[in-house]
Amino acid sequence: MLTNEIIKQRLTEKFGELVYNFEEPYGMLTFVTERDNNLKVMNFLKESEDLGFTFLNDLTAVHYPDLKGKELAVVYMLQNIQAELRIRFKVFTDITKPDVFTATGIFETSNWLEREAFDFFGVNFVGHPNLIRIMNVEEMDYHPLRKEYPLEEQTRIDKDDDMFGR
Amino acid sequence: MSQKQNIQLPEGSLGKQTTTLNLGPTHPATHGVFQNILEMDGERIIDAVPTIGFIHRAFEKIAEHRPYYQITPLTDRLNYCSSPINNMGWHMTVEKLIKAELPKRVEYLRVIIMELSRIADHLVCNSVIGVDTGAFTGFIYVFELREYIYEIFEEVCGSRLTTNIGRIGGFERNFSELAFQKIDHFLKIFPKAMKEFETLFNRNRIFMERTMGVGGIAAERALNYGFTGPNLRATGIDYDIRTAHPYSGYQDFDFSVPVGTTGDVYDRYLVRNAEIWESINIITQAVKKIKELDPSVYHADIPDFYLPEKADVYTKMEALIYHFKIVMGETDIPAGEVYHSVEGGNGELGFYLISDGGRSPYRLHFRRPCFIFYQAYPEIIKGSMLSDAVVTMSSLNLIAGEIDG
Repeated sequence: MLTNEIIKQRLTEKFGELVYNFEEPYGMLTFVTERDNNLKVMNFLKESEDLGFTFLNDLTAVHYPDLKGKELAVVYMLQNIQAELRIRFKVFTDITKPDVFTATGIFETSNWLEREAFDFFGVNFVGHPNLIRIMNVEEMDYHPLRKEYPLEEQTRIDKDDDMFGR
Repeated sequence: MSQKQNIQLPEGSLGKQTTTLNLGPTHPATHGVFQNILEMDGERIIDAVPTIGFIHRAFEKIAEHRPYYQITPLTDRLNYCSSPINNMGWHMTVEKLIKAELPKRVEYLRVIIMELSRIADHLVCNSVIGVDTGAFTGFIYVFELREYIYEIFEEVCGSRLTTNIGRIGGFERNFSELAFQKIDHFLKIFPKAMKEFETLFNRNRIFMERTMGVGGIAAERALNYGFTGPNLRATGIDYDIRTAHPYSGYQDFDFSVPVGTTGDVYDRYLVRNAEIWESINIITQAVKKIKELDPSVYHADIPDFYLPEKADVYTKMEALIYHFKIVMGETDIPAGEVYHSVEGGNGELGFYLISDGGRSPYRLHFRRPCFIFYQAYPEIIKGSMLSDAVVTMSSLNLIAGEIDG
């Protein structure tokens, strides 16, 4: 029976200092790994017979403007379908040099999900076969889900609403 | 045209022996806004480049600026063939975040609504496969049944397609007696009509020859592409969120998860039909279970998050305070990150929510099933005929609103 404890133990045995910040928010094992280590962790989780995380559930990015030097987080969520267990791991990267290795060689799923993360957050997935915008127009020169872009045009005064705080 | 275009033509497009065909974005054979630039050798497809994003509405950005209860209408517009499932999925995500316990009756009422919308979703998808193979009758016929389902939604929440059904913590009002009568009526007439629909297609020679062996995908590839829902189960993998990660009391129900073998169009069709029968089975069980529970319960007792009844707001001080706090976004939401997924009409619909304790989510990501499995489309249709590509597309149950998010 695979449990979060076993996975944590196997990961620390294999990667030691490179995996850290283990948490279990709402029952899902979450940890952080070094940016250049993401594919090794993913391969280990997928290929190890006893772990068997053969399904990439979700991949997305998050922008934390206050974390200097690691503003962008890429979040991977994997699943072991037989054991009905999900885990999540994150890598943090500098927003001025947001290079993260692509997972397209391991999971086809990540192709469009990485394009989406690139489109909205500007994460540069190194080695991606076709890293172009997926939702927005090609001519766009910014990454709209970053926190510095407000939802509405800020010059409008009729929408100034301190009480409801848009 | 010197401006850079958003269309990628392959190298050496001029003077080549193949034809480039632009299928979509608004082609009658693609049900929704899908564009595929096909490379054709006669009738055979050599390559396909799908373009998406035509109806992108930036829901993830909008959600970062809205209080939690105002995000429900955004989820309506993801998979609009089964909006109630999306609504409930969102409510359950927030309930998971605030660790709310729901009464059994609310969970079962949700199960009824979710299974009804699953039936509506599968009916549309399966009958549209019929349309694409040249049988319009089934489509017209089951739309009458879908109408009965929408009447139930209308009775429960007031709207039909984009339902905005329920609230965080339960339903906005109790189910009326008429709603239960309509559910009973539906359960009575539906099996007979569904049998007729199956008789029309299941062993139909033309339908079988058009769908068997078309658009197939192996289980291993499907997993690698992140397939979920009926499309994954058609390949033989019995991954169903309702049994793998039970939510909303699905563990109390006795139902089976139908699977296919080859993962082709015909298998997907059969899996969906079998799921419709399972849904009927679940609804019947739920209606029976509800009869034994207190009929006045329709929401959880979480006054910080559940909007009080309007009559109370005008007459009771406490209700007025809670109403004000909820509407102004003054209630405390715990910080944390939570992932919750539900078995949507076409796969695993997941909500990845990061809360920093503010009135809106810090980040909300929708795991949209058809966005993920649509990337397999070029691989599936490579080498097949153009008409098969159309059938394959409708059998994948692609919903443009969900792909574009």
